[in-house]
Amino acid sequence: MKFGVLQFPGSCDEVDALQAARHVGDAELIWHAERDLRGADAIVVPGGFSYGDYLRAGAIARFSPAMESVIAFARDGGLVLGICNGFQVLCEAHLLPGALLPNANLRFTFRQVDLDVVQTDTPFTRALNGLARLSIPAKHSWGRYYADAPTLDELERRGQVVLRYASGHNFNGSLHDIAGVSNESGNVFGLMPHPEHAVDALTGDGSTDGLTIFQSMRLAVEEGARV
Amino acid sequence: MSDGASTLPTVQDALALGLTRAEYELVCEHQSGPPNQVELAMYSLLWSEHCAYKHSKRLLRTLPTEGPHVVMGPGENAGAVDVGDGLVCAFKVESHNHPSAVEPFQGAATGVGGILRDIFAIGARPIAVLDSLRFGEVGGDRDQRSRYLLDGAVSGIAHYGNSIGVPTVGGEVYFEAPYEQNCLINAMALGLAPRERLVRSAAAGPGNVVILFGASTGRDGIGGASVLASAELGDDDGQMRPTVQVGDPFEESKLLECSLELLDRGLLVSLQDLGAAGLTSSASEMASAGGVGIDIDVSLVPLREADMEPFEIMVSESQERMLCVVEPARVADVLALCERWEIHGTAIGAVTETGRMRVFDGSELVGDMPVSALVDDCPLYDLSPVRPTTPVYASPTATFEPDGVSPRDCLLALLSCPNIASRRPLFEHYDAIVQSRTVRRPEQADAAVLALPAGGALAVSIDCNGRRVAADPYRGTIEAVLECASNLACVGAEPLGTTNNLNFGNPEKPHVAWQLTESVRGLGDACRALDAPIVGGNVSLYNETSSGPIYPTPVIGMVGRLPDARCAGRLGFARAGDTVALVGPFTPSLDASELSKLRGQALPDELPDIDIAAVRSAQFAVRGAMRIGGLSSAHDIAEGGLAIALAECCLAGGLGAEVRLDAVAHADADPLQTLFGECPGGFLVSGIATGVRALGRRTRVRVIGTVSTDALSIQLGDVSLSATLTELTEVHGALAELFPC
Repeated sequence: MKFGVLQFPGSCDEVDALQAARHVGDAELIWHAERDLRGADAIVVPGGFSYGDYLRAGAIARFSPAMESVIAFARDGGLVLGICNGFQVLCEAHLLPGALLPNANLRFTFRQVDLDVVQTDTPFTRALNGLARLSIPAKHSWGRYYADAPTLDELERRGQVVLRYASGHNFNGSLHDIAGVSNESGNVFGLMPHPEHAVDALTGDGSTDGLTIFQSMRLAVEEGARV
Repeated sequence: MSDGASTLPTVQDALALGLTRAEYELVCEHQSGPPNQVELAMYSLLWSEHCAYKHSKRLLRTLPTEGPHVVMGPGENAGAVDVGDGLVCAFKVESHNHPSAVEPFQGAATGVGGILRDIFAIGARPIAVLDSLRFGEVGGDRDQRSRYLLDGAVSGIAHYGNSIGVPTVGGEVYFEAPYEQNCLINAMALGLAPRERLVRSAAAGPGNVVILFGASTGRDGIGGASVLASAELGDDDGQMRPTVQVGDPFEESKLLECSLELLDRGLLVSLQDLGAAGLTSSASEMASAGGVGIDIDVSLVPLREADMEPFEIMVSESQERMLCVVEPARVADVLALCERWEIHGTAIGAVTETGRMRVFDGSELVGDMPVSALVDDCPLYDLSPVRPTTPVYASPTATFEPDGVSPRDCLLALLSCPNIASRRPLFEHYDAIVQSRTVRRPEQADAAVLALPAGGALAVSIDCNGRRVAADPYRGTIEAVLECASNLACVGAEPLGTTNNLNFGNPEKPHVAWQLTESVRGLGDACRALDAPIVGGNVSLYNETSSGPIYPTPVIGMVGRLPDARCAGRLGFARAGDTVALVGPFTPSLDASELSKLRGQALPDELPDIDIAAVRSAQFAVRGAMRIGGLSSAHDIAEGGLAIALAECCLAGGLGAEVRLDAVAHADADPLQTLFGECPGGFLVSGIATGVRALGRRTRVRVIGTVSTDALSIQLGDVSLSATLTELTEVHGALAELFPC
């Protein structure tokens, strides 16, 4: 099982994601200018400020050569996880529905948040083993999940809302308390909080809940799950 | 020299650039005649206080700079200490006070950018930022300026640090009236490097090529070091805004990766960042350190504006640029790597044997100066310190009248005052965890803790209580150093080295000269006593306005190491039923305390004597106990005294405590003095009884109570006070209103 972690100029959490992925399998970085995904079984689009994010978060990264390959990979059913800026990139690339707007408080905010697990049968949550709530840090300025009302209804109806901020933890003002959504076929998943920063109790403030997301991806790949 | 028909600048021009008449005459002597515009611009910057340390260099030479862990001392871009396993930690603190007072967002942002470049200029990857901030009072009716500066500075630090992927892991902030017009923005950065990757800045090898890489050069920041940083702030400094640089963390992130890759591949002879005074100081300092000359052709420098004059190119403080020296055979590789990272890389000059700094504009020689004159021959000035006989600072405005109020009211008032209230509303602006090294996040422990690859950890603390330094520059500075070491002890770390940023007023005034002299004496004595040598630092003078100087503020940053990251201490109580004890010397006094400030009391003439050896023993004991897992928590007793320390341990742990203080109170002492008096060296610890009592072998231990569940209750003679966790939490959150949506 091999993870490919994209690296854009301005990525910040790509090494963190790489280390997290290595807790459960092989992993290597994929430079933004490369089209070759190096035989990765799953892709992580990491957090940070790709290309400086001066235009709009994720707006430029979606056009990178590596992302072109990731879009094709996703269309082919490959597993793609977008974290924070990666989530924004996946929305910009229309691999995920909706958009991320500036936080309701209009400030960058770093906070450990609790997430309620809504869907346990996805390739990104199937290793949770009954864990109903995850403690994972969030840190961003543009994390307010938005989609129009019909889209939100569709998301809810199809079970694409995978994670919600627990009561009192939705600091960014996301609609429907949405912290993480998947695409319709379930192989692409994005979330604003950072599971790669909750994989080791020492640096995760005691939480390893984020590791379950990487473990789920491994499980899904090993089961050959092309949802 | 082809000045042609152009008119040479006059002595008046030199004065306008900040040189004195005598200094101008000295420049003429070195140049065998009046300097031209390029030369005068370069001399005026390199001979500014900011670059030449002309009022502080002689004092700084008295500081201890050597020790077993020191790998790189003062004089390089940053200092470095050995942290074991083949790794070194580079660190330094720097100020960006005046730019931030003029434009807080960019001033603070570029302050972070500048200190990060200092770290990777010596080959270390930046792993953490801390900040030390000072503003005027907030919460009164005149606080609009302070709130504006606070919001701008915090947003600027967050913008730069978050975007570049370096965690901001700690810091401190104080609000005091003397900083109202002249805020302080100090940023400290730490970096990690394999020992063999460290690089120095000395240019070497005549014939080698000088390459400028990073951002293009514009008109921003012209004269920043001389006009803005080396003079008092005036009332019309809004006009100074163009001298403040604008930061681009994305550009710096590429510059950082490119620089480290250049070093990893062994392509560089030497490396230097461009900071204050831009190309002028970088090139001259590289040449001076290597005992060589450098020729630069300004017509080759990539510009943002086509019509820039040669002197503007030489002194521009455009951000995100580096200068390196490269052997001719490796130039192509270096430029190719710059291209991969999508930054400019341009050969702009060469190392020479001339010992001269020569500036060309194409084929025309437009400036020619001896390197030694530029860098080494700036006159140094002795200070004329005189201890002031009248108070330098007005008494603080009283905000709290203790007559007729209970000790409980004092506790709640202190816990909500801006200098003590929770810093969470500030640090939530910062990414504290990127890079996955952060073992203790802000407000979890007295020092930030960063994991090292082999299982150990670094600990770092930054501190200075300017009000106490104002009361007694010598002892106040010792206290700041001791406080840093105490913070390290609380997580189980021992000091390896120290950095400092001396923020003072105008050193040409005798009372400021006295503050500076006494403070540096205290700094040296304390660092010697703790074996925590100074490996680098910065001096920021002229922090004063027509309303007077700032409180003298020698900000201390200290880096330490602990053997096992898993044993890093916490400040919060951890288990109901644990024994709570007061450890170390405890001689509280209300002089210059936070409570005295709330009452509007004048500063005393001096602080009580300090028994440094006793403080060091207490630190040794706490550190040792923490390392073997003998304690559940440790917190040093600082602003607000013992009662506030108790409340902080309760809040951080989400638990209560029941304590009785009769045994620690001096006979017939005012209960407020025992509860809220301040002094260095005391710790509040908790743990199982045997672990706590074991500290008594090395220092004084007084058991005062036990950890409980949901309230803090304190008994002292017939005084009794109690507050629930909910009440404590509410008042402690007072700063949230400073950051509205």
